[in-house]
Amino acid sequence: MKPRDLTDLALRNLRESILRNALTTLGIAVGVASFVAIISIGVGLQQLASRRLSESGLFDTIIVTPKTNLRGMGRPQPEPDSDKPPRTLDEDARKEFEKLPNVVEVYPQIRFFTEVRFNNKPFATVVAGMPDSSRNSGSFDGMQGRYFSSVSADEAILQIEFAKELSDQPSSLLGQDLILRYAERQALPSSTINNDTSAAQPDSSGGGFSVVPKELRLKIVGIVETEPAAGYGGYGNARLLIPLATASTLRAAQVNDLRDIVRDSGSNKTTFASLSVRAKSPSQVEALETSIKSMGFRAFSLLDASKSLRIFFTVFDLLVGIFGSLALAIATLGIVNTLVMAILERRREIGVLKALGASDSDVQQLFFVEAGVMGLLGGVLGVAAGWALGRAITFGTNTYLARQNLNSIQLTSVPWWLALAALVIAVLVSLAAGLYPASRAAKLNPVDALRYE
Amino acid sequence: MPTADPAIQLDRVSRHYTMGETSVRAVNELSLSVPHNEFLALLGSSGSGKSTLLNLIAGLDRPTSGAIFAHGQNIASLSPLDLARYRRNTIGMVFQSFNLLPRMTLEENVELPLRLAEIDRAERPARVREALERVRLTHRLGHRPTELSGGEQQRVAIARALVNRPKILLADEPTGNLDSATGEAILTLLRELRSQLGMTIVMVTHERPLAEAFADRLAIMGDGKLLSTSSPKGLPQ
Repeated sequence: MKPRDLTDLALRNLRESILRNALTTLGIAVGVASFVAIISIGVGLQQLASRRLSESGLFDTIIVTPKTNLRGMGRPQPEPDSDKPPRTLDEDARKEFEKLPNVVEVYPQIRFFTEVRFNNKPFATVVAGMPDSSRNSGSFDGMQGRYFSSVSADEAILQIEFAKELSDQPSSLLGQDLILRYAERQALPSSTINNDTSAAQPDSSGGGFSVVPKELRLKIVGIVETEPAAGYGGYGNARLLIPLATASTLRAAQVNDLRDIVRDSGSNKTTFASLSVRAKSPSQVEALETSIKSMGFRAFSLLDASKSLRIFFTVFDLLVGIFGSLALAIATLGIVNTLVMAILERRREIGVLKALGASDSDVQQLFFVEAGVMGLLGGVLGVAAGWALGRAITFGTNTYLARQNLNSIQLTSVPWWLALAALVIAVLVSLAAGLYPASRAAKLNPVDALRYE
Repeated sequence: MPTADPAIQLDRVSRHYTMGETSVRAVNELSLSVPHNEFLALLGSSGSGKSTLLNLIAGLDRPTSGAIFAHGQNIASLSPLDLARYRRNTIGMVFQSFNLLPRMTLEENVELPLRLAEIDRAERPARVREALERVRLTHRLGHRPTELSGGEQQRVAIARALVNRPKILLADEPTGNLDSATGEAILTLLRELRSQLGMTIVMVTHERPLAEAFADRLAIMGDGKLLSTSSPKGLPQ
């Protein structure tokens, strides 16, 4: 039979026992809906977690330090790739990193502990220079005020906790000025000693330096609730953010400076204590980390730490998948039952079809198409219902969160691949369920079938 | 017109069933030749094997042994797919209980064999109409079988059997569910169609007077064997 005639007949048969077939289809829809809803919570939670994590800017960044760094207080540190010759982390290395595939940018880390004066009161905090790329990292989404107006503006963005220290009404701080007090390094021109200097101090390649107190007036332009500069550095989180270029012109003394000064590398080049290498996405971090290590540097990323998180979500997905599939399995039994019943009911009809010249495969395909159509309809209904269910769960959760004065979240997510997968699974499962009834119908002896009353 | 090569040739055909431990010989070493264009009536008591024989000729069942030639091909050796094709293209079947599909209209019932034979959609309405014209039922195209009398239903069944222009029409007790006047009308119709279309007809019946009135030849069966064949006037042939 031609596909169109086959479909015609199948639809006609489905319409004939409309109630039973509708109930079966509904069973599939419920199965698919619970499958979609459960998976969508898994996907939603995972997206929520990874968005929060990527907002922190941690997962696409690799911190590169030279192997000779005195992080280990001078003790030799075990390195898995210690056979590679150590290299100096200098401007050449920085350019090499920039040429690596999937690298968005390479910048030195500037963080320093300092004092801020606001309304003539002193506040201690850590200042971090933010690269311009952080504008689009998502970390500043939903901030109060705005991002820096230029790459070297004398402007500051406050982390909300710090803003609360400055004022009971943080939003009133926007537009006000604060004074940044810091220690500027000034090179001693007479020195003949060359050494590794700290990050972002390309002009201070001289021997020692003197430290001069300085002040800079900064305009508060924004307040952010996330922690864009969280993580590295070892001084806790930076809570006063200024543009990276502004930070580097300050030539502020950093903690590393002192220990760097006593280490004489004999090099005349500008060197960095550490560089941040940002990848296009967290998925490229691992490969990038390996290639940087193979160049003779120490590299570290938080992706190493997030591996257990990924394992957790894989297991979580598996579990929710199993629970979702259970409902679908029950729906499958419904299809088998409906079609087996249909064979009993339509025994005589199958005999007539065969007497009129239908082949075994014609009969088989007819039942197969009926199963497939129920699967497709059930799948479409199920995806729609699953999506709606997910929305309802998100709505309910957010209503609860709002009562607790918490920000709303997108708890569930039905990405296109989930909708498509659910649809394909629904059809495939239905076809599989139709396998046995269809072959049973095809094998029916026409003489017996015609005799059947 | 009968020719040297018969339309149907049964050569020592047997069909045995095993029911539990006993073997039932529904058709036993039966040989029979049906010339082209003949109207043959198969008569016999219940269980004589006449319906089994008809099913064997129809290709709905396979013989345990022997050969069945229909228009030159031995259907006993056909593959299941070829056998389906044979049923579709060479055979038309009419049943005692009509076997129309109740949820389809007359038109759709008659169209069904055309669907199975993958006849072009554009060609189908004319073919359906032609078949229904032959049984004089064109005015009830959109009706469902249950809205028709028994005689009308059987006429639809005949139209359905004819629509693929079969060479052989097999009728299993076609008048069994009809009153005698309607039964006679149906058999008159079959005779007419046989002359118009040049078909061979094999009809199973237990109504001897009807068979004598309409068939060219009677074949009497008993215990799976052919007891005798005779002309309608009862003269052994």
